[in-house]
Order: sequence, then structure tokens, then C-alpha cells
Amino acid sequence: MSLLEVEDLSVRFDTDDGPVHAVDHLSLTLGESEVLGVVGESGCGKSVSFMSLLRLLPETATVNGTARFDGVDLLRASGSRLRQIRGRQIAFVFQEPMTSLNPAFKVGNQIGEVLRRHLGLSRADARARAIELLHLVRIPSPERRVDEYPHQLSGGMRQRVMIAMALACDPKILIADEPTTALDVTIQAGILDLMRDIRERLGTAIVLITHNLGVVADVADRVVVMYAGRKVEEAPVHELFARPQHPYTNGLLGAVPRPGAGRLREIPGRVPSLAELPRGCAFAPRCPRADEITRSNVPDLRSIGPQHLVACFHPGPDVEAVA
Amino acid sequence: MTEPVLEVEGLVKHFPVRGLGAKGVVHAVDGVSFRIGRGELLGLVGESGSGKSTVANCVMRLVAPTAGAIRLNGTDITRLSRRALRPLRRSMHMVFQDPYSSLDPRMTCGQIVGEPLDVQGLARGRDLDVRVSQLFDRVGLRDELRFRYPHELSGGQRQRVGLARALAVSPELLVADEPVSALDVSVQASILNLLRDLQEELGFSCLFITHDLATVEYLCDRVAVMYLGQIVEVAPTRELFGNPKHPYTQSLLSAGVVPDPEVQRSRTRVVLEGDLPSPLEPPSGCRFRTRCPLEPRSAPQSHDEEPPLVDVGDGHLVACHLVRRGETPDLYRPLEVAR
Ligand SMILES: Nc1ncnc2c1ncn2[C@@H]1O[C@H](COP(=O)(O)OP(=O)(O)OP(=O)(O)O)[C@@H](O)[C@H]1O
Ligand SMILES: Nc1ncnc2c1ncn2[C@@H]1O[C@H](COP(=O)(O)OP(=O)(O)OP(=O)(O)O)[C@@H](O)[C@H]1O
Ligand SMILES: [Mg+2]
Ligand SMILES: [Mg+2]
Repeated sequence: MSLLEVEDLSVRFDTDDGPVHAVDHLSLTLGESEVLGVVGESGCGKSVSFMSLLRLLPETATVNGTARFDGVDLLRASGSRLRQIRGRQIAFVFQEPMTSLNPAFKVGNQIGEVLRRHLGLSRADARARAIELLHLVRIPSPERRVDEYPHQLSGGMRQRVMIAMALACDPKILIADEPTTALDVTIQAGILDLMRDIRERLGTAIVLITHNLGVVADVADRVVVMYAGRKVEEAPVHELFARPQHPYTNGLLGAVPRPGAGRLREIPGRVPSLAELPRGCAFAPRCPRADEITRSNVPDLRSIGPQHLVACFHPGPDVEAVA
Repeated sequence: MTEPVLEVEGLVKHFPVRGLGAKGVVHAVDGVSFRIGRGELLGLVGESGSGKSTVANCVMRLVAPTAGAIRLNGTDITRLSRRALRPLRRSMHMVFQDPYSSLDPRMTCGQIVGEPLDVQGLARGRDLDVRVSQLFDRVGLRDELRFRYPHELSGGQRQRVGLARALAVSPELLVADEPVSALDVSVQASILNLLRDLQEELGFSCLFITHDLATVEYLCDRVAVMYLGQIVEVAPTRELFGNPKHPYTQSLLSAGVVPDPEVQRSRTRVVLEGDLPSPLEPPSGCRFRTRCPLEPRSAPQSHDEEPPLVDVGDGHLVACHLVRRGETPDLYRPLEVAR
């Protein structure tokens, strides 16, 4: 049984320029202590999808679909029920760590605040637990760091504090939105090790949102590839990298430099504006395999192997890459 | 090497800081030397805050070096006045990380690209228009984008404008500071390919700064690795990736992620404890010693003596006491790939 089951999730923003369909009928599941990688380029709807589940979007957003977690539909749960879940059972690490920590408070107090609010801990207990959490995310000398302000920490340490805060209530699900993007490789490696460690030691399920395929290759069990608000491919991680089916997935894999490989393959054109998506497959204007069918019909997701889904009329590995 | 296009010798940049109890100087760059030959691409990598951008800014004379010398085609430009520098400006150009803030928002993209030609008096009027059109074509921008403003372009298009501008006066040296880091994967690929094509065609030299190791390996002829204001290792790309010697380089290479789960998960990572020490008070002796996984193997020498950057053969330079003693660290074995 899955921990989280999202079905037909759609998010529309009403803007001055008309409706923007940021997420379009997205379905996905997350298993117990599973690491799900969600990849795609800027603006494809990664953040919005998961923020909508916890109702973290502005009022201009209309959200449809269902999201079953622990016997409730998150999208229909009462405000008070959702508040119990948010932060406590499902925790979010936001894309920008610098703006998510309050510069005016010591990091220990910020973590402690979460513990006091959700778990009703005393001040002293909250502090002790905050130190434990800083230790858990491997911040050196946590007894000292607990009394420091965010600006006294490096970028990598701030990101660890964010993760410590998210883990404060021992959540079942940790949603980490680009947790390593602003960091250099050395610090990134430490954060990725930490993710693995959390999953193994605490059994936390993790949604890892990223645009970095290397990060996904390193820690994800399963991967969802998004393009223009839709899921275009989904597969277990080894399967996805070994047998990518969607031309966009193939394109992404060919576009990153890797040792020993030749010239980078480019994906021609650019991501379409969500306000004016093409009539057929959203990837068709950039797709080497596009034809009449593709240009006038939207492909449904279909199964192409065990746990492997793809939304494409002409799936298969890239001819160019194989050659 | 024939006469280098760029020669940096003993470059030092200290930033004085005041207030907030933190008095002293930031040792941003502390004795950096390297050369870039004609048509050569040198990659500069290293942890965030290690001084890469400061090196670039000194080379471009955007900040004044504290000490050391910078020679462009043999001419010492370290202390040239703005006026004396102007004719040399066309020899070197910079492309910045942020395509959003580095282009003047009040100018059209055509004007931005044409400006260096205009300022240098190299083209006027109709001739200028033609040159700008050619440059747009060269970097793969549609001609009508000449009349648009930067905010009306995508990130990748803006970066192409920056590149077209940099190439307008056929510079001999291009300094590129994280030129693709802010871009999407598919856009990065097209910019990197473009840079490689243009370099082959025009033959300029390039100082390429990035924290993405795979990009350096793809693009550069040689790589310099910085740690806390100093270069700890320099080698031809193949050699550096295939045979890294400095423990910091080894840990850096081990930390990079490869987009292949089989390969990625079979690697061992050398995780460094702690953070980059404060550049206000760099450690004595070897700057890497506070995080070196091999310490205290080279103590007390590591505390007392700064390891010099020495050639260990074939243009491979390393600054490490252990390497000098013939005890080359092997924290990390590079992947076996056909390079
Ligand atoms: N408040 C909003 N009003 C209108 N459109 C919005 C709003 N928030 C997000 N969008 C749009 O929804 C789409 C999806 O945005 P989202 O932030 O989920 O992208 P993302 O995949 O997380 O991208 P990135 O990798 O850049 O973080 C984008 O096209 C974005 O412009
Ligand atoms: N104008 C300045 N005043 C004071 N300190 C500065 C200034 N510019 C840079 N520094 C400091 O100098 C050191 C080197 O900074 P630099 O920007 O060169 O690093 P970098 O290697 O480019 O890092 P990144 O990868 O994060 O861009 C850092 O400690 C930085 O805080
Ligand atoms: Mg996002
Ligand atoms: Mg920099």
C-alpha cells in the first residue's frame, strides 16, 4: 500500500493574461520509505505540484484531484486536520533556504518553536531535542551552533538546519525541493548522504525535486519526469537511465556532459508557455519523432514495462544515442 | 608553450573588512599563478568562496589586485590606468554568471551587442548594423531579437546576447564566470556547444569558471583547482580527472554526481568534515590541513610550512606535502572510462 496517492492533480492559476495550467492531471504514488525523484526543467510544475498538496499556494490557484494520505484526502481535509499533517507528518524543505529561515532568531529557537507548537515540548526539552536534531543532520558542535543566527552559518549548514527543522516531528514524508541546487558539489554530496541516511535510519519517505539527473541517479528509487505540467515518464531509477523511452527524457540524458561521451546533444526550441500549449503533445514542437498524430493528439500515459509508464506515441530509446 | 595570452603571477587580493566585530582582511586570493596559452581553455574549479570570481575580476581589472602581476600578451596591466587600459579592453571580455543582471536593461539587445564595437570605434551606422546581425546569427539568435530588451528574452537567449557582446570585438581572451550555471539543462547544452564551436572557429583563449566538474571536463584543455584562495593543483584535463593527486581534488572529484545510477552508486565518496575555514584567518602552513582526511600524516610540517605548487611531471602541478614526499594520497580512484 502506498503512503501517498495522488490522482488527477491539476493546478490552474488565474492570471491577468488568462488561466495558466501549471499542473495537468498528474498522478503518482509514494511508498513507505521510498525516495521518489521528480525531475524536469524550470517551470514544468515540480514545486507547484507538491505545494498544492499541502495547500501552500496563493488564492489564485485552483486545485483539483485527490491526494490520499493516512486515510484522508489532503485536498479536502479540514483546515485543522491539514495543520496537524503539515509539518508534522508531511514536511517541506523549500527551494530557497536563505529566505525560509528567520534571520532574527537563533536556529535552535526556530527548531524549538516547531517542536513546541506541534509536540507541546517544554522549552528545555525543545532545546535538547534541537541539539539532537542538529547532531542528526551532522552539524559539527551542535551545542554551540544551536545558539547561532542563520547568517553565522554557511549555505550548506543552513540547508542542514532546514532539514533538521523538517525532521523535527519525525514526519512520514519529507518533500525536499531542490535541496542541493544552490550548493557546490562538496556540500551537495554531504546533503545527499544525509538524505540516504534519513531514509535508512528513520524510514522517512522522501520526494526529491531536482533538475539534476546526477542527483536522481544517486539517491532516488523511482523517478517521475515532468514536462509542461504533465508526467511524461515514470520508472524505477535503473530502468529509466538504462531504457529511457520518452524523447524528452532521452534529450535530457543526452544534454548533460559526462566522462567519455562526445558532443552534447541539444534539445531544439524551448519549453512552451503554459498559457499557450500546443494542441497535441506539448513536446511535439521540439520532438524529432513528431508527426501528424503527435501534433493533434495528447498522448496518454501507458505502461511499457514493469512499473514503467510513458506518455508518447513513439516511445523508445534514442536512435542517435544508440548509434 | 608559446608566449601566453594571459600570465598571472603571485596574484593577491585582500578585502579589508570593518564592523560587526570582524576586523581584518579577507584573504580572497593569496598568491595565485597560472598561464593561459593561445587558444587554450583553462578551467578554474573549487569550493564556493575559494576565490574563483575574485581571480576573474582581477584579471578583468574590475577589482584592483593587492599584489602580483597580470600580463596580457606580455604587457603588464596590473596597474595601468583606465585610460591606458582602454585600447587593451578589446583583447579581453567577460561573460557573467547571471544573464539577468549583467545586461543593461535600458538598451536593446542589438545595442548591447554593438556597444563594444561602437566604443572601440570599429564600426558605425549601417556597418555596425550588419556586424551586429552577423553576431546574432553566429550565436543562434533570431535577427528580430535585436530590437527587444533583455527582460523580453529567455535566460538562454540572454546568455547568448552576453556571448555575442563578448565576441563582438574578437577578443583574444574570454573570461567566463559560471556562464551556464543559472540555465536549464537543455539550454546549457546549447550554450556549451556554441562556446566550443566558436572557440574552434575564432581561436580565442578562455578562463572558464564553474563548479560543475563535468562541464570542465567537456570543455577545457587544462584545469586549475582552488582551495581557500590558492591553487592546489593544475593539470591537463585528462590527467587531472584520471590521476588527481591533491587530497582536495580527490575529494572534489569524488563528490561530483554522474547521471548513471550504476556508476554513481558504485563510487566511494570522500566527504570532507567541516566547512571551508574563514578566509579572515586561513590556517597556517597547508590551508587544507583542517579538513584533510589524511591529517595528521604530514604534521607538523603541514602546520609550519606552506606546500609550494611543484611540477610532478608533464605540466601536472600539485601543492601537497605528502605528494612531495612521494606518499601521493589515494582517497579516490577515478572511474574507468574511455576518456
Ligand atoms: N502564483 C503563480 N501565478 C501564476 N503562475 C504561477 C504561479 N506560481 C507558479 N506559476 C507557474 O506555474 C508553473 C510551474 O511552476 P513551478 O514553480 O512548479 O515550476 P518548477 O518546475 O518548480 O520550476 P523550477 O525548477 O524553476 O523551480 C510555472 O510556469 C510558473 O510560472
Ligand atoms: N568585495 C568583497 N569584500 C569582502 N570580501 C569579499 C568581496 N568579494 C569576495 N569576497 C570574499 O572573498 C572570498 C572569495 O570570494 P569569490 O567570490 O571569489 O569566491 P568564488 O570561488 O567565486 O565562490 P562561488 O563559487 O561561490 O562564486 C569569499 O570569502 C568572499 O566572501
Ligand atoms: Mg521549483
Ligand atoms: Mg564566484
